Amino acid sequence: MSSEIRPVSRPGIQWVYRMIERLIELTIMLCGWSSILFVFAIFYFVFREAAPMLFGDLNLVEFFTSPNWRPASEIQPQYGVLALLVGSLSVTALAMVLAVPFGLGAAIYVSEFCGGKLKEVLKVVIELLSAIPSVVWGFVGYMVLGPLIMQLSGAPVGVNVLNGGIILALMSVPIIVSVGEDALKAVPDSYREAALSLGASRWEIVCRVLFPAAKNGLLAAVLLGVGRAIGETMAVLMATGHAVQIPHSLFDPIRTLTATIAAELGETVEGDDHYRVLFVIGVVLFAVTFVVNLIADLVVKGIRSEKA
Amino acid sequence: MTVATDSSTRTHYSIQTRDLNLWYGKFQALKNVTVDIRPRLITSLIGPSGCGKTTLLRCFNRINERYGNVTTTGEVTILGRNVYDEDISLSELRKSVGMVFQRPNPLPISIYKNVLFGIRTHTRRGAFPRHQRDEMVESALRDVQLWDEVKDRLRRRATHLTLEQQQKLCIARLLPLKPRVILMDEPCSALDAEGTERVEALIGDLKRQYTIVIVTHNMAQARRVSDECIFMLLGEIIEHDDTVQLFLNPHKEQTEMYIEGRYG
Ligand SMILES: Nc1ncnc2c1ncn2[C@@H]1O[C@H](COP(=O)(O)OP(=O)(O)OP(=O)(O)O)[C@@H](O)[C@H]1O
Ligand SMILES: [Mg+2]
Repeated sequence: MSSEIRPVSRPGIQWVYRMIERLIELTIMLCGWSSILFVFAIFYFVFREAAPMLFGDLNLVEFFTSPNWRPASEIQPQYGVLALLVGSLSVTALAMVLAVPFGLGAAIYVSEFCGGKLKEVLKVVIELLSAIPSVVWGFVGYMVLGPLIMQLSGAPVGVNVLNGGIILALMSVPIIVSVGEDALKAVPDSYREAALSLGASRWEIVCRVLFPAAKNGLLAAVLLGVGRAIGETMAVLMATGHAVQIPHSLFDPIRTLTATIAAELGETVEGDDHYRVLFVIGVVLFAVTFVVNLIADLVVKGIRSEKA
Repeated sequence: MTVATDSSTRTHYSIQTRDLNLWYGKFQALKNVTVDIRPRLITSLIGPSGCGKTTLLRCFNRINERYGNVTTTGEVTILGRNVYDEDISLSELRKSVGMVFQRPNPLPISIYKNVLFGIRTHTRRGAFPRHQRDEMVESALRDVQLWDEVKDRLRRRATHLTLEQQQKLCIARLLPLKPRVILMDEPCSALDAEGTERVEALIGDLKRQYTIVIVTHNMAQARRVSDECIFMLLGEIIEHDDTVQLFLNPHKEQTEMYIEGRYG
């Protein structure tokens, strides 16, 4: 062996390193693009199945304004989703009315008003709650909450808007709490100290310092909760009574858009009108979530530019 | 209960502590602290890092208690009332005893709202008409020489100001509350030399109306701004004297060693 100093890496090795680096870059890029690709792919397939009906025989005015959903009728099938739409909206709205104050309240409590052991225990319980599968929630709604509602209110059926709303609220609360708590935790402690030293009470700190400072995060928490409630299928299928009608009270059973797809897709023949209409409902759901997200985005952006 | 301010209970001193002891869990951070701080003067607290300056300062508005593991014994009398009495209102206490922190901490709201934050917590909504609020903001900001710099952007977020402006704002927001005592914990440590100079000048102006206690690491600063000086070591008060005296003619050996820079 000669003792001359060799260059640390020869050109060949450098080339290999460069290629590896390129490869890693490419992989990461692919990962990023693939998520976009998947969304488009899903939309494409849903849309492809729906298209013949959407642009064909389906009377869109009737589709959105008629409450008559009789897709399996031999004589005259009717495809009106108004009742389903109202069903979805009512149960989601009720869930949010219950879950937003509870969820934000719990997030504030966990992050600002309790400490030590209790806080840890509560956080674990909340994580556990969010891990419960939706079938189990549906089961709870059907077997526990339903009879309870019947007993307390004297309603003839226990599976209804109220039941579904409560179950959905219970399902969205953990998300709202954990995201909301993160948002509050991210507020620098020096803000709390400043407000405290000016004589503010804990509640004033929450309302006048933490809310403005954590606005974006809290909004994100609420929207994630809404997202969970709109998209939920299994639990509402079991807890809302599966009756296609426009509800007139909290105690009326209803059916949601998602539950309809889940329950009926198996009975259809691939390619027939009923099958395609279910996919049109899928497109509607897609559009609804898209609009919700878009609004959320705009609101968050609006808040940001206001800050600047 | 409010902190008594009527003449019958007024004492010669603004802040008096008697045998004040404080523990963080098992660690004793203050040991039998007994001091008398005089009104309308600037008193500086000096001492090596970790000797309990911040801790002592934070006893005066009881903001120490937000950490759960703090135990305090002894008395702190401010304007004639023991602040550790059962019936003292923390909110009222903090109204008369303002605090400026080491790191400027304006709230993430507008400059205008920052100045009025304190007054809003102490009066009901709408207690002051618009023009009166505007006046309060202007006079507070003028008092800290910030008005001309920010008068066109009062609605902008305070967190976008420079550190010096932020620290001045943190002083300004105490003024509408008409505090009696202002506590400052190393108020210039985040500022550059010129900012420090201007804030020190400002503190000098304020002493005519307020009792000021200022913690500093910087002995030159203590000599420049303060009338009296307290030297602390390991949670105890070693010496409390006129600033000039303390630096020229210290009575205790530890003080002498510290001001000669032998520990630090
Ligand atoms: N929240 C706390 N929990 C436990 N110990 C603490 C806490 N705050 C301060 N201490 C301890 O108490 C002692 C005094 O701290 P303090 O912050 O009052 O010192 P200081 O004189 O202000 O120091 P510095 O000049 O570094 O700011 C230190 O030993 C510190 O470690
Ligand atoms: Mg300190």
